[in-house]
Amino acid sequence: MSSENSQIKSVSVALLGNPNSGKTTLFNSLTGLNQKTGNYPGVTVDKHIGFAKVKSGNSEVKLQITDLPGTYSLFPKSLDEEVACKELIGFNSSSPDVAVVVTDASTLKRHLLLATQVIDLKIPVVLVLNMIDEAQKLGLKIDADEIARLLGVKVVMVNSRSGEGIEELKAKVLEAKESTNTFIESARIESLKQGLKNFKEIITAQFNADADFRQKLNQFEEKDTVYRFNTINYIFSRTVKSPQESTRKLSYTLDKFVTHPVFGYLTLLFVLFSVFQFIFFLAEYPMDWIETFFSFLMQTTANVLPQGELSDLLVNGVLAGLSGVIIFIPQIALLFFFIGLLEDSGYMARVSFIMDKVFRRFGLNGKSVIPIVSGVACAVPSILGTRTISNMKERLITIFIIPLMSCSARLPVYTLLISLLIPDDAVFGILNLKGLTLFGLYVLGFAATMLTALAMKYIVKSKEKSYFVMELPVYRLPQWKSIGIIVVNKVKVFLWEAGKIILAVSVILWFLSSHGPSDTFGKVEASFAEQMTNANSEEAKDELVKKMESQKLEASYAGILGKKIEPVIKPLGFDWKIGIALITSFAAREVFVGTMATIYSANDSENISSVREKLISEKNPVTGKPVYGAAVCISLLVFYAFAMQCMSTLAVVYRETRSWKWMTAQLVYMSGLAYLASLVVYHIL
Amino acid sequence: MKTLDQLKPGESGVIKEFTQRDLALKLIEMGCLPGETIKLTKIAPLGDPIAIEVSGYELSMRKQEASAVMLED
Repeated sequence: MSSENSQIKSVSVALLGNPNSGKTTLFNSLTGLNQKTGNYPGVTVDKHIGFAKVKSGNSEVKLQITDLPGTYSLFPKSLDEEVACKELIGFNSSSPDVAVVVTDASTLKRHLLLATQVIDLKIPVVLVLNMIDEAQKLGLKIDADEIARLLGVKVVMVNSRSGEGIEELKAKVLEAKESTNTFIESARIESLKQGLKNFKEIITAQFNADADFRQKLNQFEEKDTVYRFNTINYIFSRTVKSPQESTRKLSYTLDKFVTHPVFGYLTLLFVLFSVFQFIFFLAEYPMDWIETFFSFLMQTTANVLPQGELSDLLVNGVLAGLSGVIIFIPQIALLFFFIGLLEDSGYMARVSFIMDKVFRRFGLNGKSVIPIVSGVACAVPSILGTRTISNMKERLITIFIIPLMSCSARLPVYTLLISLLIPDDAVFGILNLKGLTLFGLYVLGFAATMLTALAMKYIVKSKEKSYFVMELPVYRLPQWKSIGIIVVNKVKVFLWEAGKIILAVSVILWFLSSHGPSDTFGKVEASFAEQMTNANSEEAKDELVKKMESQKLEASYAGILGKKIEPVIKPLGFDWKIGIALITSFAAREVFVGTMATIYSANDSENISSVREKLISEKNPVTGKPVYGAAVCISLLVFYAFAMQCMSTLAVVYRETRSWKWMTAQLVYMSGLAYLASLVVYHIL
Repeated sequence: MKTLDQLKPGESGVIKEFTQRDLALKLIEMGCLPGETIKLTKIAPLGDPIAIEVSGYELSMRKQEASAVMLED
């Protein structure tokens, strides 16, 4: 049963249960931070494995616990449920040694369906009556011993918040044996199909059923489930005494407010606004620290190491890339903290409830609301946050549209371009015209987001049946520790999975902008050498260095690429200099400002106004008109509103969809949309 | 014949049968069995979806789904 070596015994445990059974909280209490994330073969569902130790006599046994996705039964109705079911029957590998079925003690009846099914698989089962404290508070009296006797399995009462019962659960896992009871109607098995001998074979057979067998299977499922519930009703009536009044009084009272036609939406607006504010502004401080730390690190590295290729690669390639990865951590951590809070408290289900009708029209789900709104801060954590959407089609559409929301990285680009476009004191009525333009860009992004969703609704085909049959769990106080563990794990996954792609692209971009064909690129430095020695003041030297950097960039591969793509971007009103910025800002949009500063050898690349001065005075050498006229500026603004200029987002999309196809489709669609929109705008103006 | 989507908030009914096979399978495993009493607890502000109480917990579904749940007269 368990793989034994001389010293350490290891037992594989599958943790399963209905959604809202407190399964993940229990998993976090059992394993703490001792977890790793992998993936199931062929699907985008994350596999969470954690480890725990338990004393058995004088030796120690290691429990390898897999947190399976929540499921209502072993007849899967969604991809998540299919994963859980396949894992349990050992479809791709071997079955777990022990199955721990987690139930919410206060709504036990429904949860027992899954328990009886798992028992019939002939896997040793431990039944957890979770949140037992809550059930007792509500006045429920549960006879756990009698449940254990009637089901023929070990039963443990657990309060995963306080940790009560956790040690007992671990011990019981080692004692678990197959139940001698069965809950399936044996006469019904034979009627299904010749050769199927037991429940496990039926469950396995459903994964390669033809249409004919599928129909028989559906009939079987219905009859079998009803039969099981008859038994469960009997068990329930003998073991659980419920109070007369509804156990959900508090939740109903709160819901009167939370799902109220006026206060409900006001509450949602307030919650969204707060989440957005926190992600946007609270994250700013740690992000500043990270930036400061890395610029210090880069400076020090540049000073310590001898000047040359290696130092340049380390500083402008690797360290710049690393900082580009780590800079996202505050926002990711904050967003996951809030999503954890909203999910855990039960509020997220209410958001879906009151928003479903609106978002359904756009092929989305009520749960798409939070990720889409957080897209205004940053697409990266928002895309990771779409995990809560269980319908794959709705989740893919949400992932696809989020980057169209105007994120915070677009802000520096918008600010620079708007300052070129509109004089400081321009007003429209009582409104500041700059602010109005900025607001317009956000509206533009939101409109594109929703319209794209609408189009995708008809394009994306889904094999999954789409239901909105969703539990409204009771309101609960959030579990801080469990949320903390989730946040740490999400950040870890992001660092490893998306981090390596971001780092790689960053190094490539560094190479493109710091190297060029030797015959031209090499000559730039040489041509400045003489002037440099002749320069008599520090200021003059600085000026020369900036000029040299600008010319080097022009001669680099990035510069050559910029000139190569000039014919393509010319219809949009862009020249090769903007072309270079488009290429380098593929790493991240805000790089646009820095690149423009280098190209135009502005004095202070951090300072937008100094870049602005250079840009305003830039004249077209042929026509003598300003290069950055209204048409070009607006065209660029529209381009940046729509274009997928963010490798981090692409890396995360790839990780979340595990599909190059989706990532590429998104890149092509957004670039295409940006190009067309800019083209139209430039030609109208 | 009365269907679940015709109930008003606070009204109860007893499930008789389902008119959609796939949905029936889903609802049955959620504890909505023929013979169970269900109570409509609330309707979302925009008129859809609805929420019901069944076997001690609250379940929401779209009106279109609720219309496939036939109730005893």
